[in-house]
Amino acid sequence: MDTGLLLEKTILVLIVFAVTLFAAAYQTYMERKVAAWMQDRVGPDRAGPFGILQPIADAGKLFFKEDFIPANADKWLFIMGPGIAMFTAAITGAVIPWGPPLEIMGRTVSLQIADINIGVLFVMGIASIGVYGIMIGGWASNNKFSLFSAIRASSQMISYELAMGVSVITVVLMSGSLSLNEIVAQQHGMNWNVWYQPLCFLVFFICSVAECNRAPFDMAECESELIGGYHTEYGSMKMGFYLFAEYVNLFVSSAIIAALFFGGYNFPGMDNFSGNTLAIIGTLVFLFKILFFIFVFMWIRWTLPRFRYDQLMHLGWKKLIPISLINLVISALVIAFSYGWFNSKPANAVKSSEVEDVAVVSVAQQDNSFKTNFNN
Amino acid sequence: MSNLEIITFALGGLTIGSALMVILSQHPVRSVMYLILTFFMISANYILMNAQFIAIVNIIVYAGAIMVLLLFVLMLLNLSKDNEPKSTLSMKLAAILAGGSLMTVLVAAVKDAVVAPITEVSANQQGLVESLGQLLFTKYVLPFEISSILFISAMVGAVLLAKREKQIID
Repeated sequence: MDTGLLLEKTILVLIVFAVTLFAAAYQTYMERKVAAWMQDRVGPDRAGPFGILQPIADAGKLFFKEDFIPANADKWLFIMGPGIAMFTAAITGAVIPWGPPLEIMGRTVSLQIADINIGVLFVMGIASIGVYGIMIGGWASNNKFSLFSAIRASSQMISYELAMGVSVITVVLMSGSLSLNEIVAQQHGMNWNVWYQPLCFLVFFICSVAECNRAPFDMAECESELIGGYHTEYGSMKMGFYLFAEYVNLFVSSAIIAALFFGGYNFPGMDNFSGNTLAIIGTLVFLFKILFFIFVFMWIRWTLPRFRYDQLMHLGWKKLIPISLINLVISALVIAFSYGWFNSKPANAVKSSEVEDVAVVSVAQQDNSFKTNFNN
Repeated sequence: MSNLEIITFALGGLTIGSALMVILSQHPVRSVMYLILTFFMISANYILMNAQFIAIVNIIVYAGAIMVLLLFVLMLLNLSKDNEPKSTLSMKLAAILAGGSLMTVLVAAVKDAVVAPITEVSANQQGLVESLGQLLFTKYVLPFEISSILFISAMVGAVLLAKREKQIID
């Protein structure tokens, strides 16, 4: 195995992990500041200048709390719950392309940990197993409120996953690839997917708010009905892990939204730069987009009241799924027409028997030409 | 042994081990946990065969959706030793019949199995999305369409059963 590759991937994994955790820690601070701003308060301002050391103080406090396991709890599953929540939240960062490739000492270093050819499906898979942390923790606590929360969380996540999956399929149809790297690379400059699929973006955004268990979809931890929901019985750093996992999820969801619909690291006028300058500016642009979406998530949380449970199911099953399905069918028809697949003699369609990389590349090129046609 | 063989045997052993723990575990929820682990192991086996698409779809569908529903039902049932259903004679007979037919299938499958050397498949494109799609929509288009009709009929049936009682929610 190539030692340089191993080294660069190890460093990249460490950097991405550190950045994710740092962002999650400072999102707690940001959330409180945003909430304070929206409610015309000051917010945390005691720890350090502007309260900037508040997350460190919070984490330190959680570490020194008593690590308590209820007598009738299932001990191993009780410990596993927060671990699974944290693991599933953090692992999605592995397939996100954080920026254009860097050039270090003659090597081209890709700023994506794993460029797997099914990146989008990997994200969906991790999103679908993300519910286990909440379910196992809620069940193992042996508390009725926690169990209610676990059940609410699982049914909500399954419901919203469907609409989310359909909107992701629409994006995949547009770009003709399941690789996140390729989907981002095709949105060069201002050629972002959101201009072609605004409805799809809206559905995806609503679903990711629901998948993150954020208000107005935070039925799983609504404190007025369920005390604290699935983490009622948790204390110390186990509860810290759950709260932390929520913010890691928020960061990663914002990154996925930015990558799928808002061009990832692409920005207008990026052709004026090249090499490492482009890589650094692109990464910063991507992080700025993520920050913007985190702010939108917080904006929604402190503006809208919580849904009632049946309203939530109604929205998921009877509104979002039909909207995303109709959107998918219309997009598929438009793409098929622009390819000429309905003509008796296909103009530039791919030969059906070829399963080679050439075919894939030409599909990608045709997609770009479709986009430009659409633009004009 | 080559690296590939070591990985194959270790993965196979882990898969069978976690599958055995599903039936050996006393607690139903822990059984479900081991079953989820088994699905992950099966996905790892698919990745070893360079079938990444099937591996991830296996996780999305089985580990991510079906097992969540199973766990959901188990949590509501609150299973313990006290309210375990008593097994009657007819249930035992049905269990013997089902186990016997599974055994027949297993024997038939193992009888024709040949011990072949393990080869690496990463060189070809087999199992990737494009080749899978090509096969599904050309060679296997009829079974594919028939199974989708089967799914639709199952869905319609479920909706019909659920709609029997008139519910008014606004």
